[in-house]
Amino acid sequence: MADIMSVEFLEKRYGNVQAVDKISFGIPEGICFGLLGPNGAGKTTTIEMMEGITDPTSGQILFRGRPIEPSFKKKVGIQFQHTSLPEFITVKETLQLFSAFYPNPRPMAELIRLCSLDDILNRDNQKLSGGQKQRMLLALAIIPMPEIVFLDEPTTGLDPQARRNFWDLVRGIKAQGTTVVLTTHYMDEAQVLCDLIGIMDHGHLLELDTPDHLLSKHFQGALVRLPGREIQAENLDDTMKQLLAEGADLTGLSIHKPDLEDLFIKLTGSTLRS
Amino acid sequence: MKAFTAMVKARTMEFVRDTGSFAWALLFPIVMIIGFAFAFSSNGDTLFKVGVLGPGDSSLGFLKAPQTQFIPYEASQDRDVLMNKLRQHNLDALVDTQAKVYWVNDQGKNTKILDLLMVHLEGGEGYSRQVVSGAPVRYVDWLVPGVIAMNLMFGCLFGVGYVLVRYRKNGVLKRMKATPVSALTFITAQGVSRFFIVLVTSLFVYVGTNLFLNFRMDGSYLDLLLLLSLGILSMIALGLALASRFKNEELANGVINLITWPMMLFSGVFFSLEGTPKILQDLSLGLPLTHFITASRQVMLEGASLAQVMPEVAFLSIFTVVCLGLAAWLFRWE
Repeated sequence: MADIMSVEFLEKRYGNVQAVDKISFGIPEGICFGLLGPNGAGKTTTIEMMEGITDPTSGQILFRGRPIEPSFKKKVGIQFQHTSLPEFITVKETLQLFSAFYPNPRPMAELIRLCSLDDILNRDNQKLSGGQKQRMLLALAIIPMPEIVFLDEPTTGLDPQARRNFWDLVRGIKAQGTTVVLTTHYMDEAQVLCDLIGIMDHGHLLELDTPDHLLSKHFQGALVRLPGREIQAENLDDTMKQLLAEGADLTGLSIHKPDLEDLFIKLTGSTLRS
Repeated sequence: MKAFTAMVKARTMEFVRDTGSFAWALLFPIVMIIGFAFAFSSNGDTLFKVGVLGPGDSSLGFLKAPQTQFIPYEASQDRDVLMNKLRQHNLDALVDTQAKVYWVNDQGKNTKILDLLMVHLEGGEGYSRQVVSGAPVRYVDWLVPGVIAMNLMFGCLFGVGYVLVRYRKNGVLKRMKATPVSALTFITAQGVSRFFIVLVTSLFVYVGTNLFLNFRMDGSYLDLLLLLSLGILSMIALGLALASRFKNEELANGVINLITWPMMLFSGVFFSLEGTPKILQDLSLGLPLTHFITASRQVMLEGASLAQVMPEVAFLSIFTVVCLGLAAWLFRWE
């Protein structure tokens, strides 16, 4: 399928800091694209350039093959990482306010259904919990009936239950044919939601592929873990026999199917970086 | 247009539902006016205020009278202005040493004493007595325009300036930038909402305090309303210009305080700057609030028409346009 959006040699410099270093990728229409990376990798800068919020230092951003035009703002849905909502107005009033900004806003009933807002409609914005606030911000993002939606770390800080609920909402939006671009540093989230994954670090795009391809490319077989030791076992049977032959102490042995988390650590070196 | 009205409505609701700020905006000025009216109603000072026209005359015993403050005026000073001061009891007497004339107000409670002093002290025989007439302007009559001005200054600078900086810091502006709404529409909506909020609170303060104090209003209410609108616009424009760049609430708060305090002290809100050092008076003429207060006092206390306060109206209009231009030029979403 044709790319709905693509970036070519996209670069952003802040003084001497190279936030994004000439990256290129395309996003096919209708998929969920995940941009992964540790904190400070350049994910947010990249998508804010794609959203038209931040101007790139150099490079090109194309929407349906053409440079971004002012009318793009009516076709895009955006959920920022940190957004305060106007105070002292309710969820419903906020939705009405933002609906007034667009020529053909999504009907209120559909917003409420898609984002499960029924129970919080008349609640003051300031009194929303983390998960409720993210649902509300997602609703704001999809008001314009966007062709593409950007979600910047939408589940950071949510409890596991709220995260799973949020994934269902994202799936529902994708099922309507909307392309979703998501940044996250939760690998399980990427594995569950994303059709295509880009892994970023230090402003570079390290990998770009489907989750399955990425895993099969970097890992064969399983990871065998013993206390103080990790073995990448291409053939599990051989590895186990070899361990037995060595007379190794198998107390504490675990066998682990490699996932994106392992890949992420392998590629970016460490999760403990800020 | 739909976006604009929706934003005005949302911003206004945000203010009205913030009951703390709302009550503060309404009650603070009322309490202040009534408090001052009560505190200064006793007229405890025994000082006489006497204007002296021209070079003075050292042989006139009256000019050495104790407990008297003498205020020198140039001989070229506009007589109407001085007569008005006399009528409003801002001066207890006026002496012209060259024409050998003195004026008093026949409704002044100090007039008899001043007459006696004038006639019986050395050198006073040759002076002729002239009389003007006018009920005293109470301090509270004089204070009301000042407090309303102060209220609208705080309401506009914090309500527009500080709030915009807060919006910028916490991401509300960034969220707006991601919508098709233009900066101009957004800013105008903020300004219009605040304009009506401050207009309504000012009217409320005026009417509310008038119930108790029944203060003096010699001019046209329409003129006063137009002046009030212009005053609010000028302060909103200043707020917008201030808020165009700041990212930090603390800094914005400091800067707004740095601007509001001198205006509160040196625009003649609580006391007249007459008799203060010239540099202070010059400074006060650079403050927009001075012009609003001067003009509205003239309308309320002297029955001046809008045409008569044209210099003040012109200053406020130019100030507003300059600030709006600056705001449009400097404004950044982030």
